[in-house]
Amino acid sequence: MAVTYPEAGADLSAFVRRDGGAARLDLLVPGARCAGCLAKIELELAAEPSVEAARLNLTTRKLSVTFRTGKAEPARIIGRLNALGYAATPFDPAKAAAERDREGRRLILALAVAGFGAMNTMMFSVPLWAGLFGQELGPASRTLMMWLSGAVALPCALFAGMPFFQSAWRSLRAGRANMDVPISVGVLLTLGVSLQETLLHGRDAYFDAAVSLLFLLLVGRWLDHRLRLRAQGAAADLLALQSAPGVRLDAAGHPVSVPVADLRAGDLVLVRPGERVPIDARVEDGASELDASLLTGETMPQPVRPGLHVRGGALNLSGTLTLRALASAEDSALAGLARLVDAGAQSRSRYVRLADKAAALYVPIVHTLAAATFLGACAFGLGAREAIIRAVAVLIITCPCALGLAVPAVQITASARLFRKGVLVKSGAALERLAEVRHVVFDKTGVLTEGRPVLLDADSPVLAPAAQLARASHHPLAQALARAAGEGPIARSAQEVSGQGLTGLVDGRPARLGRAGFVGTDIDVPSSESELWFAFDGEQPSRLRFSDRLRPDAAATVAALKARAISIEILSGDAEAPVADVARMLGITRWRAGVTPEAKAEAMKGLAGFGVKTLMVGDGLNDTAALAHAHCAMAPGAALDAAQSAADLVFSAEGLQAVVEAYDIARSARTLALENFGFSALYNLVAAPAAMLGLINPFVAALAMSGSSLAVTLNALRTGAKR
Amino acid sequence: MNILVFLAPFSLGLGLMALAAFAWSLRANQYDDPEGDAARILIDDADDRPPV
Repeated sequence: MAVTYPEAGADLSAFVRRDGGAARLDLLVPGARCAGCLAKIELELAAEPSVEAARLNLTTRKLSVTFRTGKAEPARIIGRLNALGYAATPFDPAKAAAERDREGRRLILALAVAGFGAMNTMMFSVPLWAGLFGQELGPASRTLMMWLSGAVALPCALFAGMPFFQSAWRSLRAGRANMDVPISVGVLLTLGVSLQETLLHGRDAYFDAAVSLLFLLLVGRWLDHRLRLRAQGAAADLLALQSAPGVRLDAAGHPVSVPVADLRAGDLVLVRPGERVPIDARVEDGASELDASLLTGETMPQPVRPGLHVRGGALNLSGTLTLRALASAEDSALAGLARLVDAGAQSRSRYVRLADKAAALYVPIVHTLAAATFLGACAFGLGAREAIIRAVAVLIITCPCALGLAVPAVQITASARLFRKGVLVKSGAALERLAEVRHVVFDKTGVLTEGRPVLLDADSPVLAPAAQLARASHHPLAQALARAAGEGPIARSAQEVSGQGLTGLVDGRPARLGRAGFVGTDIDVPSSESELWFAFDGEQPSRLRFSDRLRPDAAATVAALKARAISIEILSGDAEAPVADVARMLGITRWRAGVTPEAKAEAMKGLAGFGVKTLMVGDGLNDTAALAHAHCAMAPGAALDAAQSAADLVFSAEGLQAVVEAYDIARSARTLALENFGFSALYNLVAAPAAMLGLINPFVAALAMSGSSLAVTLNALRTGAKR
Repeated sequence: MNILVFLAPFSLGLGLMALAAFAWSLRANQYDDPEGDAARILIDDADDRPPV
């Protein structure tokens, strides 16, 4: 959810970065999607007198604005963008890790070099292969070809193999063996033996096999990197998004804009309507209502007055508040939640991925086989040179390149398919975890329900006059009323009384809209719905009731999950009555209301303790810790930034059906990945004995290797092709 | 077969040129915003230099 700035006059200078003399402002503009947006934004901003240059990256939706020396008007820029119809949020590019993707560049350069090497080595290998089939090739040309292919392959393989060598070295130093160890050993041994054979004018050289092996492996590595980068990018963007600055009152009572992290206990803080409370604090002055729905899941706004405590993160609805900070930003309740999230993320990082499980099984077997081949060949009296060639042939032919492609290729097609359906997958591991889920825990507000009040009495006779007053307010109930009434006139001389309601002239007559007591009735009917009262002065007030509505496809989603033998539970921070209502309507028997954020996280840990693989679907700040502790987590696109960054998958707000679709695709991706593993195992079962018996020559090795990789990739593409 | 002495290095040189051109375009930030570059061609007077 983008932070909005209701008053363009707000002081945003805290976001302007200065390096040298130039001042720069970085903004995320999520609405920029087309060439028209790009032209409109860049040309419009370039016309501003204070702007030196404006550049929009349409791929990452990031806008970088450079100001002329001495002039920086961030609020004016954001106001300008708002006027054009784009919401914009400042962010700190230093925290956006993906700003310059160094690792990706190294991989793609290595991929380019490996591609060049593979093709050009092949140019010299084809005549050598022809020699294997009795085509004439003089010994001099043969030696020339071998030397030429070595001259191309050696430097290319050493450069393109660097990512693998470095990773293998790191893992060996840590006392473990990952997939890169057999790859590095295989490639280096192949190069060494081929060089030796070339020097000794021997029979076979496997230069082309070594380089094309690296090329295929780099393709898999790059696909995996892209998937991870998009995920990390999304998470880093959320961290880099800076919340609106806090407004501190200095000794003389003047408001000064400061970053939230600089607020200390004891500071006086000003919070205007529409802004979030930056920090845990006590109300000194003013009265208002706070919307804490993202913090606790409660749908009803809470009135506050001097002396009451407020929690950081709540949204101020109606009146300006002066607060006394009780703790610094890092000691606030918000920061406590962030620590819970970190702890959850760490426990999740211990998850062992499918490919690593396969590697742990595969590496010892292959290396034992190669060693056995070498010893066996020696024992049969074939000589050390022939023995080592056969051992290397085993290593080449059983190269884990199909294995290295098996999972990334499936996951990238699966996540591309989900992306088209509006689901963003943050990592390949998330898909693997989602496929294992047996139990789903839903948050209520904003997940099962739409998370905003809807007018129940839509045919009320006072709707039109009440809406005239409601249009003048930012209060969620008033906005729901205005939405229900559609476009129309606004009441004249409307005035908002903090925490109470509105007064104004409707069609020339004074009228009131607000709490029962404010409008002039003492009827207090307790109900699970929120309500507003409306009356013309001196007349009988009428009641307007509001309720949070179920998402239209909530029932269908619950039914679909049950059909897949998945159990369902609701954990909500809201009061008992509304949660019970929702559970009854959806036919969910397990539900708990009034659950604190910590208790939600505990519930997740408890489920994990029983070995239940749980999917948590939540959107609020109160869900973030639970999201981070769940086996897998999903958040709607309308969720709070923190919830989105704690989740593995983010689905756009359209419907809950995305949960079922994501689950189905994750299951089919898992099936395909296992199929690919099965295929690789079958292939190795045939190829390894052939290599041990010395039936493999460089031509067969090249065919078998690219053939198996191609088969695995084509199988992976079936995920994308289905439906 | 003597022609090989000339042809082999020549074809390798061509390949190397393509590789160098790709490395240069990568370093010149030409792949940072593929969608934006596709859009910029439609705009008159657009700033079509790669970002620094």
